[in-house]
Amino acid sequence: MAKKESTLFNMVSSLVVVTLVASAALGYVYELTKGPIEAAKLAKKIRAIDEVVVEYDNNPVDEMYKIPIEGSTDSLEVYPAKKGGILMASAIRTYSPKGYGGNVWLMVGLLPDGSINNIAVLEHKETPGLGTKMNGDDFKNQFLGKNPSTFNMKVEKDGGDVDALSGATITSRAFGQATQLAFDMYMKGGQHE
Amino acid sequence: MSNLQNFTKGFFKENAVFVQLLGMCPTLGVTSTAINGLGMGLATTFVLLMSNVVISLVKNFIPDKVRIPAFIVIIASFVTVVDLVMAGYLPDLHEQLGLFIPLIVVNCIVLGRAEAFASKHAVVSSMLDGLGMGLGFSMALLMLGSLREILGSLSLFGFKFVEADGILLFILPPGAFLALGFLIAFINHLRKTA
Repeated sequence: MAKKESTLFNMVSSLVVVTLVASAALGYVYELTKGPIEAAKLAKKIRAIDEVVVEYDNNPVDEMYKIPIEGSTDSLEVYPAKKGGILMASAIRTYSPKGYGGNVWLMVGLLPDGSINNIAVLEHKETPGLGTKMNGDDFKNQFLGKNPSTFNMKVEKDGGDVDALSGATITSRAFGQATQLAFDMYMKGGQHE
Repeated sequence: MSNLQNFTKGFFKENAVFVQLLGMCPTLGVTSTAINGLGMGLATTFVLLMSNVVISLVKNFIPDKVRIPAFIVIIASFVTVVDLVMAGYLPDLHEQLGLFIPLIVVNCIVLGRAEAFASKHAVVSSMLDGLGMGLGFSMALLMLGSLREILGSLSLFGFKFVEADGILLFILPPGAFLALGFLIAFINHLRKTA
Protein backbone atom coordinates (compact mmCIF):
# COMPACT_ATOMS: atom_id res chain seq x y z
CA MET A 1 0.00 0.00 0.00
CA ALA A 2 1.36 3.39 -0.98
CA LYS A 3 2.22 5.94 1.64
CA LYS A 4 -0.31 8.71 2.22
CA GLU A 5 0.39 12.06 0.62
CA SER A 6 1.22 14.93 2.97
CA THR A 7 -1.88 16.96 2.16
CA LEU A 8 -3.39 19.13 4.84
CA PHE A 9 -6.43 16.90 5.18
CA ASN A 10 -4.34 13.74 5.45
CA MET A 11 -2.02 15.26 8.05
CA VAL A 12 -4.82 16.62 10.21
CA SER A 13 -6.97 13.52 9.98
CA SER A 14 -4.13 11.08 10.72
CA LEU A 15 -3.00 13.06 13.76
CA VAL A 16 -6.58 13.31 15.01
CA VAL A 17 -7.00 9.56 14.70
CA VAL A 18 -3.66 8.82 16.39
CA THR A 19 -4.32 11.14 19.33
CA LEU A 20 -7.92 9.92 19.71
CA VAL A 21 -6.93 6.28 19.84
CA ALA A 22 -4.01 7.05 22.18
CA SER A 23 -6.14 9.03 24.64
CA ALA A 24 -8.90 6.42 24.63
CA ALA A 25 -6.37 3.68 25.36
CA LEU A 26 -4.75 5.73 28.12
CA GLY A 27 -8.11 6.51 29.70
CA TYR A 28 -8.82 2.79 29.80
CA VAL A 29 -5.44 1.94 31.37
CA TYR A 30 -5.88 4.78 33.86
CA GLU A 31 -9.21 3.36 35.01
CA LEU A 32 -7.66 -0.09 35.22
CA THR A 33 -4.69 0.97 37.35
CA LYS A 34 -6.48 3.56 39.50
CA GLY A 35 -7.41 1.00 42.15
CA PRO A 36 -3.98 -0.66 42.46
CA ILE A 37 -2.20 2.73 42.57
CA GLU A 38 -4.45 3.92 45.41
CA ALA A 39 -3.94 0.61 47.22
CA ALA A 40 -0.16 0.81 46.80
CA LYS A 41 -0.08 4.36 48.19
CA LEU A 42 -2.24 3.38 51.14
CA ALA A 43 -0.15 0.28 51.84
CA LYS A 44 2.98 2.41 51.88
CA LYS A 45 1.41 4.87 54.30
CA ILE A 46 0.24 2.09 56.61
CA ARG A 47 3.67 0.47 56.50
CA ALA A 48 5.26 3.73 57.62
CA ILE A 49 2.66 4.17 60.37
CA ASP A 50 3.18 0.60 61.58
CA GLU A 51 6.88 1.24 61.76
CA VAL A 52 6.67 4.29 64.03
CA VAL A 53 3.80 3.64 66.44
CA VAL A 54 3.14 0.97 69.03
CA GLU A 55 0.48 -1.73 68.80
CA TYR A 56 -2.97 -0.45 67.86
CA ASP A 57 -6.39 -1.83 66.91
CA ASN A 58 -8.12 1.15 65.28
CA ASN A 59 -7.73 2.46 61.74
CA PRO A 60 -5.28 5.40 61.95
CA VAL A 61 -5.85 6.35 58.30
CA ASP A 62 -9.60 6.83 58.85
CA GLU A 63 -9.04 8.86 62.02
CA MET A 64 -6.45 11.12 60.44
CA TYR A 65 -6.70 14.79 61.40
CA LYS A 66 -4.68 17.82 60.40
CA ILE A 67 -2.77 20.38 62.43
CA PRO A 68 -2.14 23.66 60.64
CA ILE A 69 1.50 24.80 60.67
CA GLU A 70 1.92 28.21 62.22
CA GLY A 71 2.95 30.91 59.80
CA SER A 72 2.20 28.75 56.79
CA THR A 73 -0.81 27.57 54.84
CA ASP A 74 0.34 23.94 55.02
CA SER A 75 -0.73 21.47 57.65
CA LEU A 76 0.64 18.24 59.06
CA GLU A 77 -1.28 14.97 58.86
CA VAL A 78 -1.60 13.12 62.15
CA TYR A 79 -2.56 9.43 62.33
CA PRO A 80 -3.64 8.50 65.84
CA ALA A 81 -3.00 4.86 66.82
CA LYS A 82 -5.40 3.70 69.51
CA LYS A 83 -5.87 0.48 71.40
CA GLY A 84 -9.21 -0.12 73.09
CA GLY A 85 -10.05 3.53 72.44
CA ILE A 86 -6.98 4.80 74.31
CA LEU A 87 -4.41 6.81 72.36
CA MET A 88 -1.14 4.86 72.28
CA ALA A 89 0.88 6.99 69.88
CA SER A 90 0.46 9.32 66.93
CA ALA A 91 2.20 9.07 63.59
CA ILE A 92 2.84 12.53 62.17
CA ARG A 93 3.72 13.10 58.54
CA THR A 94 6.18 15.96 58.67
CA TYR A 95 8.81 17.53 56.48
CA SER A 96 11.67 19.95 56.31
CA PRO A 97 12.32 22.04 53.21
CA LYS A 98 16.00 22.34 54.15
CA GLY A 99 17.31 18.99 52.91
CA TYR A 100 20.32 18.83 50.62
CA GLY A 101 18.05 17.91 47.71
CA GLY A 102 14.80 19.65 48.64
CA ASN A 103 12.08 18.43 50.96
CA VAL A 104 12.74 15.61 53.39
CA TRP A 105 9.51 13.85 54.41
CA LEU A 106 9.41 11.85 57.62
CA MET A 107 6.81 9.89 59.53
CA VAL A 108 7.44 10.63 63.19
CA GLY A 109 5.78 8.49 65.84
CA LEU A 110 5.19 10.40 69.08
CA LEU A 111 3.85 9.00 72.33
CA PRO A 112 1.04 11.08 73.90
CA ASP A 113 3.58 12.95 76.08
CA GLY A 114 5.55 13.94 72.97
CA SER A 115 8.52 11.63 73.30
CA ILE A 116 9.76 9.96 70.13
CA ASN A 117 8.77 6.35 69.58
CA ASN A 118 10.29 5.86 66.14
CA ILE A 119 10.94 7.73 62.90
CA ALA A 120 10.56 6.51 59.32
CA VAL A 121 11.90 8.26 56.25
CA LEU A 122 9.20 8.67 53.59
CA GLU A 123 10.58 10.71 50.71
CA HIS A 124 13.79 12.57 50.06
CA LYS A 125 16.36 13.36 47.38
CA GLU A 126 19.47 13.32 49.57
CA THR A 127 22.89 12.17 48.38
CA PRO A 128 23.05 8.36 48.03
CA GLY A 129 25.53 6.89 50.48
CA LEU A 130 25.75 10.05 52.60
CA GLY A 131 22.39 11.65 53.34
CA THR A 132 20.51 8.40 52.72
CA LYS A 133 22.15 6.97 55.84
CA MET A 134 19.60 8.94 57.87
CA ASN A 135 17.42 5.89 57.30
CA GLY A 136 19.99 3.69 59.03
CA ASP A 137 19.62 2.53 62.63
CA ASP A 138 22.95 4.06 63.71
CA PHE A 139 21.61 7.53 63.13
CA LYS A 140 17.96 7.00 64.00
CA ASN A 141 18.52 5.21 67.29
CA GLN A 142 19.83 8.34 68.99
CA PHE A 143 16.32 9.85 68.74
CA LEU A 144 14.34 6.91 70.07
CA GLY A 145 12.77 7.42 73.46
CA LYS A 146 13.96 11.05 73.57
CA ASN A 147 11.63 13.92 74.26
CA PRO A 148 12.38 16.99 72.10
CA SER A 149 11.54 19.24 75.07
CA THR A 150 14.71 18.00 76.80
CA PHE A 151 16.69 16.63 73.84
CA ASN A 152 17.91 19.47 71.61
CA MET A 153 17.10 18.44 68.03
CA LYS A 154 19.83 20.61 66.55
CA VAL A 155 23.10 19.02 65.42
CA GLU A 156 26.10 19.28 67.75
CA LYS A 157 27.71 21.82 65.44
CA ASP A 158 24.75 24.17 66.06
CA GLY A 159 24.82 23.57 69.81
CA GLY A 160 22.32 20.70 69.88
CA ASP A 161 22.42 17.06 70.96
CA VAL A 162 22.21 15.36 67.58
CA ASP A 163 25.29 13.48 66.43
CA ALA A 164 25.21 14.42 62.72
CA LEU A 165 25.92 11.98 59.90
CA SER A 166 29.45 12.46 58.67
CA GLY A 167 29.39 14.23 55.34
CA ALA A 168 25.68 14.97 55.64
CA THR A 169 25.28 17.73 58.20
CA ILE A 170 22.59 19.41 56.12
CA THR A 171 20.55 16.22 55.93
CA SER A 172 20.94 15.66 59.68
CA ARG A 173 19.82 19.23 60.31
CA ALA A 174 16.74 18.76 58.12
CA PHE A 175 15.96 15.48 59.87
CA GLY A 176 16.08 17.16 63.28
CA GLN A 177 14.12 20.15 62.05
CA ALA A 178 11.33 18.02 60.61
CA THR A 179 11.08 16.04 63.84
CA GLN A 180 11.07 19.24 65.87
CA LEU A 181 8.24 20.61 63.71
CA ALA A 182 6.20 17.46 64.29
CA PHE A 183 6.79 17.74 68.03
CA ASP A 184 5.99 21.46 68.26
CA MET A 185 2.79 21.21 66.24
CA TYR A 186 1.70 18.07 68.04
CA MET A 187 2.18 19.66 71.48
CA LYS A 188 0.21 22.70 70.33
CA GLY A 189 -2.65 21.22 68.32
CA GLY A 190 -2.59 17.46 68.65
CA GLN A 191 -4.81 15.08 70.59
CA HIS A 192 -3.06 13.75 73.66
CA GLU A 193 -5.57 11.20 74.86
CA MET B 1 19.09 -8.88 7.06
CA SER B 2 17.59 -12.02 8.53
CA ASN B 3 15.10 -11.92 11.37
CA LEU B 4 17.58 -13.57 13.68
CA GLN B 5 20.08 -10.82 13.00
CA ASN B 6 17.37 -8.20 13.58
CA PHE B 7 17.01 -9.63 17.04
CA THR B 8 20.63 -10.31 17.97
CA LYS B 9 22.21 -7.12 16.67
CA GLY B 10 20.88 -5.20 19.67
CA PHE B 11 23.00 -7.20 22.10
CA PHE B 12 26.47 -6.82 20.73
CA LYS B 13 26.95 -5.51 17.21
CA GLU B 14 24.68 -2.47 17.58
CA ASN B 15 24.17 -2.36 21.33
CA ALA B 16 22.43 0.92 22.12
CA VAL B 17 24.62 1.76 25.12
CA PHE B 18 28.02 0.28 24.37
CA VAL B 19 28.19 0.83 20.61
CA GLN B 20 25.71 3.54 19.64
CA LEU B 21 26.10 5.45 22.91
CA LEU B 22 22.39 6.32 22.88
CA GLY B 23 20.14 6.70 25.91
CA MET B 24 22.95 7.90 28.15
CA CYS B 25 20.62 9.80 30.48
CA PRO B 26 18.87 6.78 32.05
CA THR B 27 22.05 4.72 31.63
CA LEU B 28 24.01 7.02 33.89
CA GLY B 29 21.12 8.16 36.05
CA VAL B 30 19.43 5.02 37.37
CA THR B 31 22.14 2.36 37.42
CA SER B 32 23.21 2.79 41.04
CA THR B 33 21.96 -0.75 41.72
CA ALA B 34 21.47 -3.84 39.56
CA ILE B 35 17.72 -4.01 40.18
CA ASN B 36 17.22 -0.37 39.17
CA GLY B 37 19.18 -0.93 35.97
CA LEU B 38 17.20 -4.07 35.12
CA GLY B 39 13.86 -2.42 35.93
CA MET B 40 14.64 0.58 33.77
CA GLY B 41 15.86 -1.67 30.97
CA LEU B 42 12.74 -3.82 30.97
CA ALA B 43 10.44 -0.77 31.10
CA THR B 44 12.25 0.63 28.07
CA THR B 45 12.09 -2.77 26.34
CA PHE B 46 8.32 -2.83 26.70
CA VAL B 47 8.03 0.68 25.23
CA LEU B 48 10.43 -0.15 22.39
CA LEU B 49 8.66 -3.39 21.52
CA MET B 50 5.16 -1.91 21.56
CA SER B 51 6.03 1.34 19.80
CA ASN B 52 7.99 -0.51 17.10
CA VAL B 53 5.07 -2.87 16.45
CA VAL B 54 2.43 -0.13 16.36
CA ILE B 55 4.51 2.28 14.31
CA SER B 56 5.31 -0.41 11.78
CA LEU B 57 1.59 -1.24 11.58
CA VAL B 58 0.45 2.33 11.01
CA LYS B 59 3.42 3.60 8.99
CA ASN B 60 1.46 3.69 5.73
CA PHE B 61 -1.38 5.74 7.20
CA ILE B 62 0.85 8.49 8.55
CA PRO B 63 1.88 11.18 6.06
CA ASP B 64 5.63 11.83 6.08
CA LYS B 65 5.43 15.42 7.26
CA VAL B 66 3.64 14.60 10.49
CA ARG B 67 5.31 11.27 11.25
CA ILE B 68 7.45 12.55 14.16
CA PRO B 69 4.52 14.01 16.18
CA ALA B 70 2.52 10.85 15.49
CA PHE B 71 5.42 8.64 16.63
CA ILE B 72 5.89 10.71 19.77
CA VAL B 73 2.21 10.40 20.66
CA ILE B 74 2.40 6.63 20.25
CA ILE B 75 5.62 6.36 22.28
CA ALA B 76 4.34 8.70 25.01
CA SER B 77 1.18 6.61 25.34
CA PHE B 78 3.13 3.43 25.97
CA VAL B 79 5.41 5.22 28.42
CA THR B 80 2.36 6.43 30.34
CA VAL B 81 1.03 2.87 30.38
CA VAL B 82 4.33 1.66 31.87
CA ASP B 83 4.30 4.52 34.37
CA LEU B 84 0.76 3.75 35.56
CA VAL B 85 1.23 -0.01 35.70
CA MET B 86 4.49 0.31 37.63
CA ALA B 87 2.97 2.80 40.08
CA GLY B 88 0.18 0.32 40.74
CA TYR B 89 2.03 -2.98 40.88
CA LEU B 90 5.71 -2.19 41.56
CA PRO B 91 5.45 0.93 43.76
CA ASP B 92 8.93 0.56 45.28
CA LEU B 93 10.76 0.26 41.99
CA HIS B 94 8.58 3.03 40.55
CA GLU B 95 9.66 5.31 43.35
CA GLN B 96 13.34 4.47 42.86
CA LEU B 97 13.25 5.18 39.13
CA GLY B 98 11.10 8.27 39.68
CA LEU B 99 11.36 10.82 36.93
CA PHE B 100 13.30 8.50 34.64
CA ILE B 101 10.17 6.54 33.71
CA PRO B 102 8.33 9.47 32.10
CA LEU B 103 11.65 10.44 30.51
CA ILE B 104 11.62 7.24 28.42
CA VAL B 105 9.53 9.35 26.02
CA VAL B 106 12.59 11.35 25.06
CA ASN B 107 14.97 8.38 25.11
CA CYS B 108 16.60 8.63 21.70
CA ILE B 109 16.78 4.84 21.39
CA VAL B 110 12.99 4.62 21.18
CA LEU B 111 12.44 7.37 18.62
CA GLY B 112 15.63 6.27 16.87
CA ARG B 113 14.33 2.73 16.31
CA ALA B 114 10.92 4.08 15.26
CA GLU B 115 12.44 6.41 12.71
CA ALA B 116 15.34 4.28 11.49
CA PHE B 117 13.73 0.86 11.55
CA ALA B 118 10.03 0.47 12.33
CA SER B 119 8.89 3.11 9.84
CA LYS B 120 10.64 1.23 7.02
CA HIS B 121 10.20 -2.44 7.91
CA ALA B 122 7.45 -5.02 8.31
CA VAL B 123 5.82 -5.85 11.64
CA VAL B 124 7.73 -9.03 12.48
CA SER B 125 11.17 -7.55 11.79
CA SER B 126 10.24 -4.40 13.73
CA MET B 127 9.04 -6.46 16.66
CA LEU B 128 12.29 -8.45 16.77
CA ASP B 129 14.31 -5.28 16.33
CA GLY B 130 12.52 -3.58 19.24
CA LEU B 131 12.81 -6.64 21.45
CA GLY B 132 16.49 -7.15 20.66
CA MET B 133 17.40 -3.51 21.10
CA GLY B 134 15.44 -3.33 24.35
CA LEU B 135 16.94 -6.48 25.81
CA GLY B 136 20.41 -5.36 24.72
CA PHE B 137 19.76 -2.07 26.52
CA SER B 138 18.55 -3.96 29.61
CA MET B 139 21.66 -6.14 29.51
CA ALA B 140 23.89 -3.08 29.37
CA LEU B 141 22.04 -1.40 32.25
CA LEU B 142 22.12 -4.59 34.28
CA MET B 143 25.89 -4.92 33.73
CA LEU B 144 26.51 -1.31 34.67
CA GLY B 145 24.15 -1.48 37.64
CA SER B 146 25.73 -4.70 38.92
CA LEU B 147 29.23 -3.30 38.57
CA ARG B 148 28.32 -0.13 40.44
CA GLU B 149 26.42 -1.98 43.14
CA ILE B 150 29.24 -4.49 43.68
CA LEU B 151 31.92 -1.81 43.89
CA GLY B 152 29.82 0.84 45.61
CA SER B 153 27.85 -1.08 48.24
CA LEU B 154 29.47 -4.55 48.15
CA SER B 155 26.12 -6.13 47.36
CA LEU B 156 24.21 -7.49 44.38
CA PHE B 157 20.42 -7.27 43.96
CA GLY B 158 20.31 -5.97 47.52
CA PHE B 159 22.11 -8.97 49.05
CA LYS B 160 25.19 -7.81 50.88
CA PHE B 161 28.09 -10.23 50.65
CA VAL B 162 30.60 -8.31 52.78
CA GLU B 163 29.62 -6.32 55.84
CA ALA B 164 31.58 -3.20 55.00
CA ASP B 165 31.24 0.05 53.14
CA GLY B 166 32.05 -0.04 49.44
CA ILE B 167 33.64 2.64 47.31
CA LEU B 168 31.06 5.38 47.68
CA LEU B 169 32.19 7.07 44.46
CA PHE B 170 30.62 4.33 42.35
CA ILE B 171 27.14 5.02 43.76
CA LEU B 172 27.49 8.73 43.06
CA PRO B 173 27.07 10.18 39.54
CA PRO B 174 30.82 10.42 38.75
CA GLY B 175 31.08 6.68 39.39
CA ALA B 176 28.50 6.11 36.66
CA PHE B 177 30.77 7.80 34.12
CA LEU B 178 33.83 5.90 35.33
CA ALA B 179 32.10 2.52 35.34
CA LEU B 180 30.54 3.13 31.94
CA GLY B 181 33.91 4.21 30.52
CA PHE B 182 35.64 1.06 31.71
CA LEU B 183 32.79 -1.14 30.47
CA ILE B 184 32.89 0.45 27.01
CA ALA B 185 36.66 0.06 26.88
CA PHE B 186 36.27 -3.59 27.79
CA ILE B 187 33.54 -4.16 25.17
CA ASN B 188 35.63 -2.37 22.54
CA HIS B 189 38.54 -4.62 23.38
CA LEU B 190 36.29 -7.67 22.93
CA ARG B 191 35.00 -6.31 19.61
CA LYS B 192 38.50 -5.75 18.30
CA THR B 193 39.76 -9.19 19.21
CA ALA B 194 36.55 -11.07 18.29
